[in-house]
Amino acid sequence: MSFEPIILREISDLHNIEVYMKNGGYKGLKKALGMTPAGIIDEVKKSGLRGRGGACFPTGMKWSFMPQKSEKPKYLCCNGDESEPASFKDREIFEKNPHQFIEGTLIACYAMGIKTAYVYIRGEYYRWIELLQKALDDAYKKKLVGKNIMGSKFSTDIFIHRGAGAYICGEETALLNSLEGKRGMPRFKPPFPANYGLWGCPTTINNIETLANIPPIIEKGGEWFSKIGEPKHPGSLMYGLSGHINKPGIYELPSGTLLTDLINKYGGGVTGNKPIKMIIPGGSSMPPLKGDEIEGLKMDNENLKSVNSYIGTAGIVVMNEDTDVVKIIKRITKFYYHESCGQCTPCREGCGWMLKILERIDNGKGRKEDIELLNNIANNIEGNTICAFGEAAAWPVKWAIKKFMPDFERKVNESIVLPVANKVHSLRVTYQQ
Amino acid sequence: MEIKFTDENLKKLEVSKSHYPTSAAALMDALWLAQDQYGWLSVDVMKYVGKILDVPYEQVLGVVEFYTMYNNKPVGKYHLQVCTNISCMLCGGYDIMDYISDKLDIGVGETTPDGKFTLSEAECLGSCGTAPMLQLNNYYEENLTKEKIDNLIDKLSKT
Repeated sequence: MSFEPIILREISDLHNIEVYMKNGGYKGLKKALGMTPAGIIDEVKKSGLRGRGGACFPTGMKWSFMPQKSEKPKYLCCNGDESEPASFKDREIFEKNPHQFIEGTLIACYAMGIKTAYVYIRGEYYRWIELLQKALDDAYKKKLVGKNIMGSKFSTDIFIHRGAGAYICGEETALLNSLEGKRGMPRFKPPFPANYGLWGCPTTINNIETLANIPPIIEKGGEWFSKIGEPKHPGSLMYGLSGHINKPGIYELPSGTLLTDLINKYGGGVTGNKPIKMIIPGGSSMPPLKGDEIEGLKMDNENLKSVNSYIGTAGIVVMNEDTDVVKIIKRITKFYYHESCGQCTPCREGCGWMLKILERIDNGKGRKEDIELLNNIANNIEGNTICAFGEAAAWPVKWAIKKFMPDFERKVNESIVLPVANKVHSLRVTYQQ
Repeated sequence: MEIKFTDENLKKLEVSKSHYPTSAAALMDALWLAQDQYGWLSVDVMKYVGKILDVPYEQVLGVVEFYTMYNNKPVGKYHLQVCTNISCMLCGGYDIMDYISDKLDIGVGETTPDGKFTLSEAECLGSCGTAPMLQLNNYYEENLTKEKIDNLIDKLSKT
């Protein structure tokens, strides 16, 4: 059976509201307005849809945590911060199918009794903010957003909130603080956002891709959706291919697509036809895989657990045999050092410490005890921080050491002559016996 | 010079404030407007923004320092931010940054003496499928090559 994309549908100019409506757009919303809120949540639960932001939390269950009756206003935050290195899927939705996302947001608001939704988009995505604003303006004009949507009693506003360059704001509670006009520092949980979120009011945070999946689920039913891809993680995933690959880009395919198919069939193979050394399966924070682990590996959260990794945001980075693993891990750690919000000591100090050691190893000044020390620091960050940033920073280091020990050992054991002509950052390194 | 939003920006700020139940939530939008108007956020600008939104200056400063996109020092007319995170790094992001650095004869984080170009190293900009890339003010330049950089800088030098 051939697969038809659910979000990146092959219709030209789908971003245009007229084209979208001609192709069945906003029918899901119309159907939803005739259903009860509880009925919608049941349908989403039946679909088995899991959050696409990385944590894979069941969406229907998340929605059911929202109190039905509340004296305070309720809010929906749509998370388009998309700062995880190697993920670039949400901008495809803003660009190619923004109305399906808007429709999904409206259905979510109706199901949870929400009157205001904020779309948090990273500040760098200026062009995509413009595109989404245009789509929103069109939808407002057609009375699909705003007061008395489609002539019903249901009213919801959708506003865009522009971030300003902070990875941590993709973390849900940091996003709430950022929306309130504060520094984006994660909050302690509990209280969970469903009880105490934006301005202390019940709040749900969903990823952009998650919400874009809602209209077809309502229209075609949860059962239809649950049969796509892997049963435990159903639906399509927007795989992002980048790095040493001939045809990088976003590919929407059923969950559980073989990683080798993604690379060879869709991605056009590895650049220069070289063997693969390392693969990051779901954004830079996910534990990396070795080149020999990918045969027969299905890309969804459950199957990736068998190789001690996770799907994350499905941003896949392919690295060929010429790649210097230590340099890559050093660059990833530099990123986490830069982005740590500084609230928790293990993360703030640990990331800087790990970076220092990795730089030392990379510059040929590594000490014998350094690898053990790195592992130790990573283990002391993991699980000891307020948010999951700690794990995100620790996993790549910890698992790279576990899986690519010889690369680290070689750098520590051998003296390295840095070619003077090459800049320090160049990927080329000459080893001397 | 008196620090004051233009009438147009004041209107935009009112719209932004109407989106939120508190005026403090419009702080990020207000800082964007201020940065558009003044190019960067000086202490006086931050104090002004704090005053009109009824937010303490300390909070404004905290926000400006926390988010990397707010400039707390002057930048050139064209701000070139080259992504060097893993996907771009694998596709030659550092080569692009070094090439621009040599071409403009400035280091990373520096501005040309004529105040035209600033070069910065950026973290992942979410454009991994079109690496290497850079952000030029608000917009992206993707799938970069040295020739593209030559053309881009030539074009910008003339304006």
